Amino acid sequence: MNVALAAAMPLAPLAAALVGFLLRSRRSAAALAITATSAALLAAVILALRFDKPVSDGYRAADFVDLTVEFGVRVNGPTTLMALAVGAVALAVQVYSVTYLRDDDRYAPYAAQVSLFTAAMMTVVVASDLVQLLIGWEVMGICSYLLIGHDRRLPEAPRAAVKAFLVTRVGDVGFLLGIAVLGYHAGTFRIDDVLAHDYTGAQLTTACLLLLAGVAGKSAQFPLHTWLPDAMAGPTPISALIHAATMVAAGVYVVTQLFPLFAQAPAALTVLAVMAAITMLLGALAAMAQADIKRVLAWSTVSQLGYMTGALAVKAPGTAMFHLLTHAAFKALLFLAAGAVIHAVGSNLISVTGGLRRSMPATFAATTIGLAALAGLPPFSGFWSKEAILAAAMDEGTGPGWLVYVAGAATVALTGWYATSLWLQVFLGRPRSPAADHAHEPGPAMRYPVLLLAVPAALLGFAGLAGGFVDRLGPGAEEVGHLSAALVVPLGLALAGAAVAWVMWRRGRAADVPARALLADAFHLDAVQAAVVSRPVSALAGAVRRADETAVDGAVLGTGAAALRSGTVLAGAHRAALPRAAGAALGGALLLGLAAILLEWVR
Amino acid sequence: MNAVLVAVLVIPALGALASVVIRSDRAGRVAGTVAAALSLVAAALLAVDRAPATGDRLSPWHQVDVAWVPAVQLRFHVGVDGVSYPLVVLTALLTLLCCLYSLWQVPGERNGRQLVALLLVVEVGIVGVFLALDLILFFVFFELVLLPMYAIIAGWGGPERRAAARKFVLYTLFGSVILLVGLLVVVTGANTADLVTLTESSTLGANAQRVAFVLLAVGFAVKSPLWPLHTWLPDAHTEAPTVGSVILAGVLLKMGTYGLLRIGVGVAPDGARWASPVLAGLAVAAILVGGLVCLAQTELKRLIAYSSVGHMGFVLLGIATLTTTGFQAALIGNLAHGVITGLLFFLAGAIKDRAHTGDLGQLGGLRETAPVLAGLLGFAAIASLGLPGLAGFWGEAFAVVAAVQRGWPVAAVLAALGGALAAAYFLRLLRRATHGPAAPAVVGLSPLHRFELAAWAPLVLLAIALGLVPALALTPSAHPVRGLTAVTHAD
Repeated sequence: MNVALAAAMPLAPLAAALVGFLLRSRRSAAALAITATSAALLAAVILALRFDKPVSDGYRAADFVDLTVEFGVRVNGPTTLMALAVGAVALAVQVYSVTYLRDDDRYAPYAAQVSLFTAAMMTVVVASDLVQLLIGWEVMGICSYLLIGHDRRLPEAPRAAVKAFLVTRVGDVGFLLGIAVLGYHAGTFRIDDVLAHDYTGAQLTTACLLLLAGVAGKSAQFPLHTWLPDAMAGPTPISALIHAATMVAAGVYVVTQLFPLFAQAPAALTVLAVMAAITMLLGALAAMAQADIKRVLAWSTVSQLGYMTGALAVKAPGTAMFHLLTHAAFKALLFLAAGAVIHAVGSNLISVTGGLRRSMPATFAATTIGLAALAGLPPFSGFWSKEAILAAAMDEGTGPGWLVYVAGAATVALTGWYATSLWLQVFLGRPRSPAADHAHEPGPAMRYPVLLLAVPAALLGFAGLAGGFVDRLGPGAEEVGHLSAALVVPLGLALAGAAVAWVMWRRGRAADVPARALLADAFHLDAVQAAVVSRPVSALAGAVRRADETAVDGAVLGTGAAALRSGTVLAGAHRAALPRAAGAALGGALLLGLAAILLEWVR
Repeated sequence: MNAVLVAVLVIPALGALASVVIRSDRAGRVAGTVAAALSLVAAALLAVDRAPATGDRLSPWHQVDVAWVPAVQLRFHVGVDGVSYPLVVLTALLTLLCCLYSLWQVPGERNGRQLVALLLVVEVGIVGVFLALDLILFFVFFELVLLPMYAIIAGWGGPERRAAARKFVLYTLFGSVILLVGLLVVVTGANTADLVTLTESSTLGANAQRVAFVLLAVGFAVKSPLWPLHTWLPDAHTEAPTVGSVILAGVLLKMGTYGLLRIGVGVAPDGARWASPVLAGLAVAAILVGGLVCLAQTELKRLIAYSSVGHMGFVLLGIATLTTTGFQAALIGNLAHGVITGLLFFLAGAIKDRAHTGDLGQLGGLRETAPVLAGLLGFAAIASLGLPGLAGFWGEAFAVVAAVQRGWPVAAVLAALGGALAAAYFLRLLRRATHGPAAPAVVGLSPLHRFELAAWAPLVLLAIALGLVPALALTPSAHPVRGLTAVTHAD
């Protein structure tokens, strides 16, 4: 029964996606997508309630004789929680999109793509085999490509879509090789068997570092984070989907599932700690200088993902899972609420908002909860999970632990600053444009998903006090739900950041961040990426094309031309007048005769 | 069932005859299409009532073995097993789809029944290659394909068709000559041309095997094509009519990779083991060069042609590893490439016929004016870049796994990077052709015809089916592949 429920979670949205691509009618597309996503969520709820012990089951899908690939399901504590988060966010996004894309004539394929996206993430969540996991992993990538490129009016959308897929695909080169190394040495790709296999240290270090490349791509870790902020070109509900429960969550989730391997590869964890520290600071610094509401949120996702990978680096996968869940709730809320604001004022820019608390009270309340959770203020959900990560980093005590702790604490202050600043600029003060003056709340299909998400965003932290929930998070969740005196440091830093933001706002200089241009462009890493990777590859491609056409094909054509020329020369030699031809024939005969005599003589 | 085996070859031959003899153009095309449909049915029926596997290595499900020309010891020995069966069905299917397409449209409306007849002759040749169990017979079928394909390109192709057809025929003829020498080295050395006997117990000496393998590999490499022997391919594809490109990419190239696996590796396993690192090096070069050229390519059909060079590089890499994983990857990669690239060429043909240009600079915004066509092109491109869950994934990912297995990490890394390159050039293609504002060339395109959709739908479904149920292709070939590696690993 549990196996069937777990199988239904990807299969229901998959079926809806396959049928949905053939539909034209808006109404039936919406009905199909919402029904299937509800079914997946229902299955996830029942599974979470029924779950008692881990199960795994599958069938042989591909036979490579020496190696086989299984398609199946594998359910454990974190699986049930992740599936709930995916189902809930996906359903919220589907319902919200019906209104958000009211005037879009390509709603039907859009809904099918969101269903496929959900199916792919659910596949990653329940996969019992690494290759099966890879299928979900990359299908999700292509769905994000399709959805980010959805908006035809945005000239930057196609570029952002290509970038999202390519950057993650470069990471996936490593991911595929990591899977190949693990599968080859274990003789199987089944996750349970891979986890049980006894690898050598070098094998594990190689495999884990390779896997981390894929994780960095999907979970937007430095230096492969560059696609995520540009992915804002997608419709706002898609941003919520990508940033909260799918795509970026996949990388972190996969590491928690494979953590027994990483735990034995300290070199990989050190690399992860460095990556996490850079990512959280970079994301927070870039978020401070953005002028676009969605880009602030996008960079904050980069930064928060740094916390999750930081928790993994200090051997606290359960804690990472906890932050993943709280983040899923408050980030989905923030994006959907931002969508309501954008819908109301007709622009993404912070500078055209202001004073929206009166005209959009529900959105204001929900966003307040979301931003407080993001900033890590008690008692909202983000406070509990971030606190647990910092405590785990401190407990770890080694170099990587301190690195994560220091970077994490500094990031708390920066987060307090930009969350407060965004809140003040958008909702308080006076409307700064005619559109903000006439703003109003959106319709119920957009309002209720936001309000419902506010419940977990506010309260999910308290789940950390329940023993049953903490057990579900998996190993490495010891710090969850335990508060100590050490929490004074991050809390103080968050409040200090908020206070600075308030002072700056009061003086009318909320946007005056030092080194604004540098931060807004995130230290010009896009330009670096273009100079180091994109342009050299393009130049190389041009050179190879020319070489192929002139040298390789030239040799072929040259051979042909040379054969033709020598043929002409020989033909010319045969075209002779009668006397010369007769002379040549006689000469030839004489030569043959002489040769015969000579041979006879030699004998 | 042996009658069915012969019928698979005879039905298309009769169909070709019928479509030439019948006076009316329309009736000729219909007769040919009916024959193609019947031969697909016959091909599919070959899976019924299989003989139990007897030998360890090559044990056909059905076979027919009769003397043909006793003077040169030529026997008509044909049979089908799990390696050849999927390819035979794919050939019959693609021929049928091309005939269906030709019912609706023939380039320039010239002699449709002759085009159909030539397609059916090509089918006889290709199916014969996959079925032949005698080396000389294999060569006869191998050559049978050449001239009708030449005629298809030269007769119904684009403006530069004559030069392209001449290059195609001369280049592959050169490959055939070397192949023939290789086959003769084997036949004279082992004193038999029977593939079953040769595969079961090779009596060739080590040096003879090396010489034979090199000659066979070069001969097959021209057909596959393997870099740097590929330059006939882009010209042939660019100028060939749509159906010619589909058959060329879909199944004709597979004669090379199939021959390399079945004859090259099967008959000269020691030679294969000796030469495999070089083969792998060239395969990786093909993957990277193919990908980079595509990234700088500006013409739609040339781009798809070069992508074939890269894809066949993965197939050859799989074969070069000499592991069961690699062989299985090569076989499913072969099929996937046939399905997906066949579809890509159909779509490229539809776009070029309508927009009258294949220049990526002049196309653009296709999804604004022709959303279904753009969606299908997107699907085919995504399938071709090896997205997991679609057919192309298994062959490419497991060629990489096989390289890791064989202990060639550098080849594995480079091949995997080639996979990322494929994503780069296909997404570039989509961005140029389908996104953005509609270019003048794509405004006012005629809508898709039901014959077009009928020809494409089976390929779309197969690309999904092979992706989600790879066992369709992998299960039948598991036993013969185990036999082949037993040969290469026997010391």
